[in-house]
Amino acid sequence: MKARVYVMPKAGVLDPQGKAIGHALEGLGFGGVHDVRAGKVIELDLAEADPAQAKKIAEDMARKLLANTVIESFRVEIV
Amino acid sequence: MKAAIIVFPGTNRERDMRLALKRASGREPAMLFHREAALPKGLDLVVLPGGFSYGDYLRCGAMAAQSPIMRAVKDFAAAGGHVLGVCNGFQIMIEAGLLPGGLLRNATLRFLSMDCRLRVERAGTAFTAHWQQGDCFRAPMAHGDGNYFADDATLDRLEGEGLVTFRYVDEAGKATEAANRNGSARNIAGVLSPNLRVCGLMPHPEDLVDPLMGGEDGLPMFQSLAERLVAA
Repeated sequence: MKARVYVMPKAGVLDPQGKAIGHALEGLGFGGVHDVRAGKVIELDLAEADPAQAKKIAEDMARKLLANTVIESFRVEIV
Repeated sequence: MKAAIIVFPGTNRERDMRLALKRASGREPAMLFHREAALPKGLDLVVLPGGFSYGDYLRCGAMAAQSPIMRAVKDFAAAGGHVLGVCNGFQIMIEAGLLPGGLLRNATLRFLSMDCRLRVERAGTAFTAHWQQGDCFRAPMAHGDGNYFADDATLDRLEGEGLVTFRYVDEAGKATEAANRNGSARNIAGVLSPNLRVCGLMPHPEDLVDPLMGGEDGLPMFQSLAERLVAA
């Protein structure tokens, strides 16, 4: 079972990387970009065959290591 | 003072730290590799030095925080042991949950390698006893992710309980925005645990402990530790 973990800077936490990307887009002539937030995606190939159980395992992994929940939020998607 | 420095893959300046501890206490600290599962008996101080442990993979300090030795360091801290973390060591402490908050990418996105000025916000601890409250001193810094973050309730608690150790200040000793180059919340450069025995900070006091290094501005931290932890 494959799981995808999306890790994003929490709302309200400064994301200088996203800001810099926004500035670069502006420099390329892309207008109308209100805000850019940059996070990461982590793909897991899990032995667990049950989707609900796999999601639980991935969420546990995210809480313990993949995301720092002080500054980041995460979302798990089973694919 | 019996001290140990933890060495992770990618650690650096651990030799500067050894020099600082030796110079202040007269005793050579032990160097421990991250794979060790236990700390030597009778330690007074554990130091997590700077560097780029595990290549800063995932998040700065995130991998090191999960290494076998960190379980022992957490137990040591929980039992009332003194722990100092500098730069990447501070990031590891945060990731290990030894200190609150988070360290984000510097607000300018630039790696900062320069001297900064720090103001002592909490004198009288084992880390700051050789300074007076409000003393300012020079400290080198070298980091890309030193932008201290915590929610307002946590920041209020840290300030209310006197757990902010150091703040970034200008030449006049004022905590201005310009002096706060990495964008840290409320100019915070270092924080303490509630029992005042765990201290983490981004700048490197161990890099100014000998006239040959260009100054001894950071020496009081190690003199404080040597004096306090001998008496303990």
